[in-house]
Amino acid sequence: MMTEGMQIRVLVAKPGLDGHDRGAKVIARALRDAGMEVIYTGLRQTPEQIVEAALQEDVDVIGLSCLSGAHNHLFAQVIELLKKHHAEDILVVGGGVIPEEDIPLLKAQGVKEIFTPGTGTLAVVEYIKKHALPR
Amino acid sequence: MLCLDNLRERFLQGNMRALAQSISLVEDNPELGAKLFSLLGQPQGNPRIIGVTGPPGAGKSTLTAKLALALLARGERVALLLIDPSSPFSGGAILGDRIRMHELSGLSDVYIRSLSTRGSLGGLSAATARVLRLLQHGNFSTIILETVGTGQAETDVVMAVDAVVVVAVPGLGDDIQAMKAGIMEIADVFVVNKADRDGADRTKLQIEAMLGMQEGRRVHPIQVLPTIATTGYGVAELTQALDDHFAYVEQSGELARRREKRWHKEFSAYVANILLGDFFSWANRQDIGIMANAEWGEIEVYGLAKKATAQYFTERMKRHVEED
Ligand code: B12
Ligand SMILES: Nc1nc2c(ncn2[C@@H]2O[C@H](COP(=O)(O)OP(=O)(O)O)[C@@H](O)[C@H]2O)c(=O)[nH]1
Ligand SMILES: [Mg+2]
Repeated sequence: MMTEGMQIRVLVAKPGLDGHDRGAKVIARALRDAGMEVIYTGLRQTPEQIVEAALQEDVDVIGLSCLSGAHNHLFAQVIELLKKHHAEDILVVGGGVIPEEDIPLLKAQGVKEIFTPGTGTLAVVEYIKKHALPR
Repeated sequence: MLCLDNLRERFLQGNMRALAQSISLVEDNPELGAKLFSLLGQPQGNPRIIGVTGPPGAGKSTLTAKLALALLARGERVALLLIDPSSPFSGGAILGDRIRMHELSGLSDVYIRSLSTRGSLGGLSAATARVLRLLQHGNFSTIILETVGTGQAETDVVMAVDAVVVVAVPGLGDDIQAMKAGIMEIADVFVVNKADRDGADRTKLQIEAMLGMQEGRRVHPIQVLPTIATTGYGVAELTQALDDHFAYVEQSGELARRREKRWHKEFSAYVANILLGDFFSWANRQDIGIMANAEWGEIEVYGLAKKATAQYFTERMKRHVEED
């Protein structure tokens, strides 16, 4: 299959010390199967490393996965660093074990959507297809 | 939509995001890419391009990172291009080579980019040549290209780079025999990675014996180096072997010949693409699609293709004469 032309590029990243990577891998595969190019950088990434990879890879979307409970702190740092690099145009979404009550705060910070355990991958694919900015 | 003048401006100022966006532009769209290239003019630098190839899991990514570190340590600026295969079903891809590159994060003189093959076989993507040319504007002294894991047929890399490093691992046994087909011939430097495992010496000897069989075809002896990419063992020797290779090919004129061949290959690929595109847009405009035209009375495909092409050229010529 020849696929020259635009393709949505997504960085799937695991910030912090959290070692739960099943969800991130499930999402990475689902996005690939939906025709996207997914850069997966593995476990234990600092927000600096995540933003550096996102800029070098020219991704349209950053997907953060966190099940350890450190999401508030880590997601906010990623958003801050993106602002610092004038890269707020990159869509940031998150997923993992994230309590309902934290979601409004995360959204106010600039995480556009949060997907909690049990979300179907199709919902994630559709959200990204709809909201990723065309290049 | 990006403004090309603005992109060029930021690119030439050394803005990393502009470099990344330029690569996407050139990768996605050869037309816009051509415009950007004309704005950029002649590349300033003349980077050495090194290809790293070998079977999946051999340690190509780990070794590439270590090689980059060694080059950075001597003051080089390095770009890494990491290719992974696209899914034949969805066209999507998971690009995971960066997992082995964490040691390079936070360093300012290195740029890392992952590319999908986007459906092309042969270990590289159709856009790789363009992206490599773009990187020549990026003030790098070395570019390292990691191919997708080679089976055996994926020997495109040899046309894309100045030096090919083939990574093997101990205990391949029969696989080494299989690697002979194609992959053996393309190495400028051989690496037996995972030398911490049993059998590295034997594998080195096997490879040397096989290289010996093709003696005479190469003037410049090919080194077979044991490495342990996870620790960095052997990387200094690899760097030295690459320096030796470049000294040799620069002096012998082979480097210039390789680069000329590379230019020619990219050029012919575009000509083929443009012609094919024009042919099919003509064929589809025929009243009855050429492909389905019973008049041809032809089921022999080669013969049909020849006839259709001949008619295409005749009508194209006519139109040119009329237009003049
Ligand atoms: C499996 C599991 C493990 C496995 C992990 C295996 C692995 N490699 O991933 C093992 C056994 C190793 C493990 C260990 C631990 N675990 Co555990 N683990 C779980 C468990 C049961 C399921 C997680 C899972 O894999 N789910 C399946 C995947 C597919 O779902 P998911 O990750 O939620 O992803 C979905 C969505 O969240 C979303 N999503 C996730 N990421 C992303 C990213 C993007 C971009 C998007 C769009 C969507 C998205 O989409 C996915 C699909 O629906 C959870 C409980 C639970 N029910 O969640 C606890 C849980 C996460 N673990 C927990 C804990 C405490 C631990 C340990 C600290 C236990 C210990 N004391 O040792 C260790 C720490 C390990 C470490 N190094 O970090 C706690 C976390 C508590 C918290 N957040 O406050 C949980 C919640 C259990 C609990 N109720 O206490 N764990
Ligand atoms: N024991 C050992 N493992 C290695 C060595 N080099 C790489 N690896 C491991 O081999 C696996 C594959 O490495 P990777 O660089 O991704 O291989 P690639 O698929 O060829 O790019 C990883 O788990 C590495 O840590 C080595 O020299 N010795
Ligand atoms: Mg690799």
